[in-house]
Amino acid sequence: MLNQHSHDKTSGVAVSTDAQQFQVSAKNPKRVEKVAALTFFVSLVAFAGFGAAFWQNANNEMLGGTLGVGFLGFGAAMVIWGKYLTPRGPFEEERALMETTREQHDELVADFVVRGRVAFGRRGFLGAMLAASGAVFGIVALFPLVRSLGPLPKKSFYHTKWKRGSYVSTVDGRRLKAADLLPGSLATVFPENDLGGALSQTVLIRVQDGGDIVTMPGRESWGPEGYVAYSKVCTHAGCPVGLYEQLTKQLLCPCHQSLFEVTKGAIPIFGPAPRPLPQLPLYVDSAGYLRAQAGYDEPIGPGFWERGGTT
Amino acid sequence: MIDNLFTWFDNRLAISRSGRHLLNKIFPDHWSFMIGEIALYSFIVLLATGVFLTLYFVPSGQDVVYHGIYAPFDGQTMSAAFKSTLDLSFSVRGGLLMRQMHHWSANIFVGSIVVHMLRVFFTGGFRRPRELNWFIGTTLMILAIVNGFLGYSIPDDLVSGTGIRIAYSILESIPFVGSYLATLLFGGAFPGNGLIIPRFYILHVLIVPLVILGLLGAHLGLLFKQKHTQFKGNGAREDNVVGAPMWPNFMIKTTGFLFLTTAVSVLLGAFVQINPIWLYGPYIPFHVSYAVQPDWYMGWLDGALRVMPSWELHLPGHMIPNAFFPSVLLPGITFNIMMAWPWIEAAFTHDNVEHHILDRPSERPVRTAIGASVLAFYFVLFGASATDVLANYLSVSLNVVLLSFRVLCVVVPLVVYPVTYKICTEMSHTKGAGKRKQYNIIVRGEDGGYSAVPAEEYVGYQREVLEPIDVDSVDLAGVMSAPEPTSVDGVYQIPRDYR
Repeated sequence: MLNQHSHDKTSGVAVSTDAQQFQVSAKNPKRVEKVAALTFFVSLVAFAGFGAAFWQNANNEMLGGTLGVGFLGFGAAMVIWGKYLTPRGPFEEERALMETTREQHDELVADFVVRGRVAFGRRGFLGAMLAASGAVFGIVALFPLVRSLGPLPKKSFYHTKWKRGSYVSTVDGRRLKAADLLPGSLATVFPENDLGGALSQTVLIRVQDGGDIVTMPGRESWGPEGYVAYSKVCTHAGCPVGLYEQLTKQLLCPCHQSLFEVTKGAIPIFGPAPRPLPQLPLYVDSAGYLRAQAGYDEPIGPGFWERGGTT
Repeated sequence: MIDNLFTWFDNRLAISRSGRHLLNKIFPDHWSFMIGEIALYSFIVLLATGVFLTLYFVPSGQDVVYHGIYAPFDGQTMSAAFKSTLDLSFSVRGGLLMRQMHHWSANIFVGSIVVHMLRVFFTGGFRRPRELNWFIGTTLMILAIVNGFLGYSIPDDLVSGTGIRIAYSILESIPFVGSYLATLLFGGAFPGNGLIIPRFYILHVLIVPLVILGLLGAHLGLLFKQKHTQFKGNGAREDNVVGAPMWPNFMIKTTGFLFLTTAVSVLLGAFVQINPIWLYGPYIPFHVSYAVQPDWYMGWLDGALRVMPSWELHLPGHMIPNAFFPSVLLPGITFNIMMAWPWIEAAFTHDNVEHHILDRPSERPVRTAIGASVLAFYFVLFGASATDVLANYLSVSLNVVLLSFRVLCVVVPLVVYPVTYKICTEMSHTKGAGKRKQYNIIVRGEDGGYSAVPAEEYVGYQREVLEPIDVDSVDLAGVMSAPEPTSVDGVYQIPRDYR
């Protein structure tokens, strides 16, 4: 068939009404129609099935299976319809480029500037008042940020609830004695006034059966009877450092795999953690209870801007 | 009936003035233009399933004791958020399906946005006049990722709670304002006062979706105003749009597509389990599970946190923590360069004219190679988020896996760039490369070199090329009313460039 179409719209339209572009894409529309109808029918049955399944409180697979097949048939039939039973094309439309004439541009800019200059320029005092009032509102609008959204950090990052004499307790409040843990085992412990606390969580490890554990010079008395205790909050991103490797005496953070050397002050020996886990100094009191000599001597957990220091 | 309806609107809005033009709006056909539609339709699925979930989900960090259907947790203390998610999964009729559909379509949403962006990037669709839409699109991608993370967080299970803890540490790591941002958002030092679940919730269900909706409107409005881009060939020019008219072709097809997208998330929600929170348990700050991986779109960030060497910056009295570099600086640089890309590229190419015809990636070897190289870098980071799983699976030590990833991060992009560049230049020098159905014969010349010579086309494969018809100049309704001719088997081959 001869195509008489011309791109020039002004030259008049001379497209034959039986041009191929106007025919549907299917060579056999009747058959395609049957296929689409059948697909719709499948979706109809599946939707009905979904209703029954929902009514009967069927399991997730039945519910989703019926509903999914319903949507699948419904969508597929429409795609077949739209793709094969509509005029085949291609069609085109004009596209005006996104440009304007110089005059239009200049006029708009001039209008904007002139109107603005007259409206605002002549009323300089009003402009100043607008700015002043707006500025005051702008400032007070920030107040909720610092007054009500949350308390300011202040010193909350520097101290945990551990302090001198705190009993070493399990999460359900049981005070631990030096005899309680077997060598090589570990417990997550808290001070009694913060059981389960996210920041006080401390990992207590019995490295060996008796004897002081000296993890670093200056910490000679911190590890009595084979025990050491470190903050359980990773110095990298704050995950609980929960995995203890008994043979190598290392602690592993399961989030980003930082590895800490338990007998050497929990210095990081692998992974992204930049600082050792802070150590909690312990002692065993006269009744045999494990207690803290003092709180942590540095902020626990990941770093923050004000933290400073190199420890 | 319809006539009356149109009259009513016409008398109030004069819709007939531009109505026909709207019906005639041309949508170019190419499979890659469908990816953005997937994003749009999965967003609709997200809204629909999300509304269902809000009817049952309790956004509260308050502790409650569980006495529900799921026996293993009987008597356990957990947050109301976690309990209501359990109830949604076990007691609410169709609740598990809706939860899993919501989660799956969130993954599809972010995935299709990313693939759509890649399509636009590699075909140069962001060039003038579409820089603004690229900018909006990038913002939409960031918001989709953010909202995905928020939604993933609010069930308050052990895995998502650990994610929140990491997010807090990341916020805290920002210089100058980090401590303040973290305590203000959480209502105090971690874990705050049970405020984070309701705060994340309102961000997730109202604020971020509203911004997404607004930007989505702008995105589609700009697309409408500037009209679609198209690939060259078969009558496509800079000053026309070739394809199928909106009514009825595109409307029927795209509505079908909406339901197909829905069907995929329903079937995934029915048969592929996702986020089984009852296996993780409620969030307890001092518990943690092995193989803690975020949703896939956060994987690169998690991987970056893992491969980062253990450095921190110490200044007098202050510090910049380790987590800042991989999780704030890296995404910051990434997203800023991404948003500024149209201007960065134009600064180098000095190409500042309007483009409506898309590039083939091989025609722009430098852009394609840069894109592929950066993409490869993020793929490596994504892989690095599974260091622990890989070490376990391959029975190699974690150290070897991590060190390999540190090396791969640097090496892979450096290798991908020249390889992509070479492939592109080879392709653009080979006639018909990248096109189907016309084969090249590789011929060895006298000097020993190889070259590709196009073979003759098979008779059966010869494409029938039809001229596009100006839709505004024909009476489409009239010609469609003509009786259909007697039919033969099969369908017409639509020329490749229109698919």
